[in-house]
Amino acid sequence: MSNEHHDLAIVGAGPAGMAAAVTAAELGLDTVVLDEQQAPGGQIYRNIEALERGGHIEKLGDDYRRGAELAGALRASTATYCPGSVVWQTSPDGRIGLTGPDGARMVHARRILLATGAMERPVPIPGWTLPGVMGVGAAQTLFKASDIVPNVPVVIAGSGPLIYLVALQLARAGCTIAALLVTTPASRIASALKELPRALLAGRNLLKGVGWVQEVRRLGIPLANGVSGLRIDGKDRAEGISYEADGSRHRLAAGLVLLHEGVIPDNQLSLSTRCQQIWDAAQLCWRPATDEWGATSEERIAIAGDGAGILGALAAENLGRLAALDTAFRLDCIDQAERDRRARPERAALARHKRIRPLLDRLFQPAAESLLPTDPDTIICRCEEVTVAQMREAVHLGGEDPNRAKIFTRCGMGPCQGRMCGPTVASLIAHETGRTMAAVGTYRIRVPVRPIPLMTLAGLIGEEEGLPPGESTL
Amino acid sequence: MSITDTDAIVIGGGLHGTSTAMHLALKGMRPIVIEKNSVGRHASGVNAGGVRQLLRDPAEIPLSMAAMDRWLDLESLLGRYAAMCEFVGHIGQVAVAETEADMRKLEARAAEIRALGWNHEELVDRQELRRLLPAVADHCIGGLVSRRDGQATPYLTSQAFRLRAIELGVRFVEGVRVTGLEHGTRWRVLTTDSIFTSEILINCGGAWAWQTASLVGETLPRGYFAATMMVTGRMPSFVDPVVIGTGRQLSFKQTSTGTVVIGGGILGIADLTKETADPVAERMRVSAETCSILFPIMRRATIVRAWAGLEARMPDQIPVIGPSQTAPNMWHAFGFSGHGFQLSTIVGSLLADLIVDGRSPLPLDAFRPSRFSEAISGVG
Ligand SMILES: Cc1cc2nc3c(=O)[nH]c(=O)nc-3n(C[C@H](O)[C@H](O)[C@H](O)COP(=O)(O)OP(=O)(O)OC[C@H]3O[C@@H](n4cnc5c(N)ncnc54)[C@H](O)[C@@H]3O)c2cc1C
Ligand SMILES: Cc1cc2nc3c(=O)[nH]c(=O)nc-3n(C[C@H](O)[C@H](O)[C@H](O)COP(=O)(O)OP(=O)(O)OC[C@H]3O[C@@H](n4cnc5c(N)ncnc54)[C@H](O)[C@@H]3O)c2cc1C
Repeated sequence: MSNEHHDLAIVGAGPAGMAAAVTAAELGLDTVVLDEQQAPGGQIYRNIEALERGGHIEKLGDDYRRGAELAGALRASTATYCPGSVVWQTSPDGRIGLTGPDGARMVHARRILLATGAMERPVPIPGWTLPGVMGVGAAQTLFKASDIVPNVPVVIAGSGPLIYLVALQLARAGCTIAALLVTTPASRIASALKELPRALLAGRNLLKGVGWVQEVRRLGIPLANGVSGLRIDGKDRAEGISYEADGSRHRLAAGLVLLHEGVIPDNQLSLSTRCQQIWDAAQLCWRPATDEWGATSEERIAIAGDGAGILGALAAENLGRLAALDTAFRLDCIDQAERDRRARPERAALARHKRIRPLLDRLFQPAAESLLPTDPDTIICRCEEVTVAQMREAVHLGGEDPNRAKIFTRCGMGPCQGRMCGPTVASLIAHETGRTMAAVGTYRIRVPVRPIPLMTLAGLIGEEEGLPPGESTL
Repeated sequence: MSITDTDAIVIGGGLHGTSTAMHLALKGMRPIVIEKNSVGRHASGVNAGGVRQLLRDPAEIPLSMAAMDRWLDLESLLGRYAAMCEFVGHIGQVAVAETEADMRKLEARAAEIRALGWNHEELVDRQELRRLLPAVADHCIGGLVSRRDGQATPYLTSQAFRLRAIELGVRFVEGVRVTGLEHGTRWRVLTTDSIFTSEILINCGGAWAWQTASLVGETLPRGYFAATMMVTGRMPSFVDPVVIGTGRQLSFKQTSTGTVVIGGGILGIADLTKETADPVAERMRVSAETCSILFPIMRRATIVRAWAGLEARMPDQIPVIGPSQTAPNMWHAFGFSGHGFQLSTIVGSLLADLIVDGRSPLPLDAFRPSRFSEAISGVG
């Protein structure tokens, strides 16, 4: 059986992936879109087609109509869209390993666009691994995908625009929000105001954010600003959350605690493909190094959307189209002049969307205590249950980078391969050894990036083709 | 540029380089190990951890027996770092026979080494196989077992060797690559960092060792390969011994945490220049299938990670241990061809004896570097 070949393979059908696919297909590229979800939309527009069909978009907010348009355009394009397809490998030579509804197979592409979006930053505070604690984004995912609304009082804690948005979305759906505990210190608000003039140029976006905060107040959701020292208590599951505010300690009972300290690029695939990464000091996260077209240090690999740095859903579309244009140019479908001409409106829009970023990055900087947990008993790796104290000890035995520390502690060796502990481990090592994050580095991520059942691997479809032999006897 | 002088320099911070330095230090020398990446970064830190005497090349058996004695008494070698290796011995390694043809192959092997005077490899029948491996598939009919064999955790073992060597006075220079070698009255070792001088030079460069040899005009086999391992999520404990296939390629073991480590001949993509080894899913498929056939319980397993490591492989599958043919006071120990982890407790010790005392207590003739040129020139 011969292998499946495409010009362009896109991983992810969020705004970046959908926009890229539509443009690439339009320019004549044989394009395939692979996404683990059952329908197009990505994180923001998850399940958007069904919500539109049911007339439910307003439950989320009007902005989400854009998602339905993009999904419609993807469906109407000549791109092959493969839902339910979990990609567990992308390689620099253009091979992709995935598990779809019919099992595992390899796909070969002349170019790969990673449009895998963002993931929530881990929030390793005491008690964060107890049942009854989850990410704000994860709760929103359940709500979007399955209309699941918590039926116990919910406390939302952390920072970032998403906490206000999700508080509103859940409250509108009938959920009781017992409190919104915001970790952004008051001093930060003052310093962020310096970025305000530029951000005002982003107009609508900023007003939208201000509107969320006002509506939170209007709905009477209890709101505490500048909280710190978050700590979740409970025996077998979360029972309450305590925090410091106004110089004293408070405690609230909570059946469900939703945590959030912003989102960071989901760079597991780009890491495993050895795309060069850089430490982004403004967004306090690793991101793959990309040029203005999304091209990476690896010849055949491009990245677009939040996976290349957090810029939001609208910018993700522009970035997706730019990467598609560059791919069409590289694969000789259009010439350079046409690429550049078509890129112009995308760049203009992108510049507009970027104006609000410095304000957001400054304002919603994650709480220091979630970046660098100090309580020795706090678990940092939930797969292997490794604590802060154990990690510190490993660093002193010689675990001076995440890959060495991993072997001393098993931290990052579980099924998530360090997605959840990678940032924390690196900042603990940086702190213990007095080095910068850039010097400490990241985990090496190995295939499969997502776990794959042994029997699925045993049934893998795809023949070796043009691969070096793997041994040399010269 | 600064110059550091000492009596012995070891190129390569794998287990064999580290162990050689450690044993030279035990003999009163002050070795420096120069490692281009970090200690245990390559084969020594990423291997399967199998401490195996079973099915060794007859030339390696004396070394392997002595190595095993030391594994079983790690404290004498590593002192307070012994426990770090997570070594467990006496779990046995079993080659499983699935067919009559497999069984005949194993019987012939058992007869061969018995004739040489060894008796550590023991044939087992269907019943004893099931006692050793209760979860083995029904169709398996017997096997060959070496009962002392065990396993250890490779990266931690590399670190235990490093820490013990430091304790004995060995210095490690990591992140520095040897780029040139000159010999006047002493060795002058040029690196990406500074210059080192010494009387004695030892090449333990693993897959890159042939490059170091070529710096002194010596041609040695350049064979290397990318060996691939895959590991499952935690499973209920179902197998104690390490298992290998007879008619099919497989090596298979369960660690104390419950994960199952699968390897044995799966090739990745090897790149000596980029110093990378990448697993290839298309080549992992067969091993996945083989596991499920030999151990039906593996049908429930999930693969969470795969990796590959670069390892030197010699045409005759046994290492090169001995003096350089072209340069004075230079020694080689590399080319372990996929099974040098078990030998790491002995080779450095023998080499230190050879260097300092002029003779090794165990025969090393089969490993002499000159054997390849003799073969090419048809011996005279
Ligand atoms: C949990 C969460 C909720 C969010 N909710 C909102 C919101 O409501 N409003 C808002 O403005 N912003 C939200 N954001 C931020 C938002 O994700 C982005 O701004 C926007 O979705 C980015 O678009 P994208 O195309 O880059 O990636 P995404 O929209 O995230 O799309 C990436 C897609 O790639 C798929 N994917 C990833 N890895 C693989 C793989 N290995 N195999 C197969 N498929 C894969 C994912 O399933 C997803 O569909 C949220 C972020 C997160 C993490
Ligand atoms: C995946 C895999 C599984 C294996 N499983 C087993 C097993 O179960 N049992 C078993 O017994 N064996 C096993 N082996 C084999 C075993 O790991 C090796 O034989 C052994 O580790 C070799 O050790 P070494 O010190 O020779 O090489 P290495 O560990 O590769 O060390 C050589 C070092 O030299 C350094 N170096 C090279 N050139 C230079 C230079 N110019 N300057 C500075 N530094 C240099 C390299 O960076 C490297 O760190 C396996 C190997 C692999 C790859």
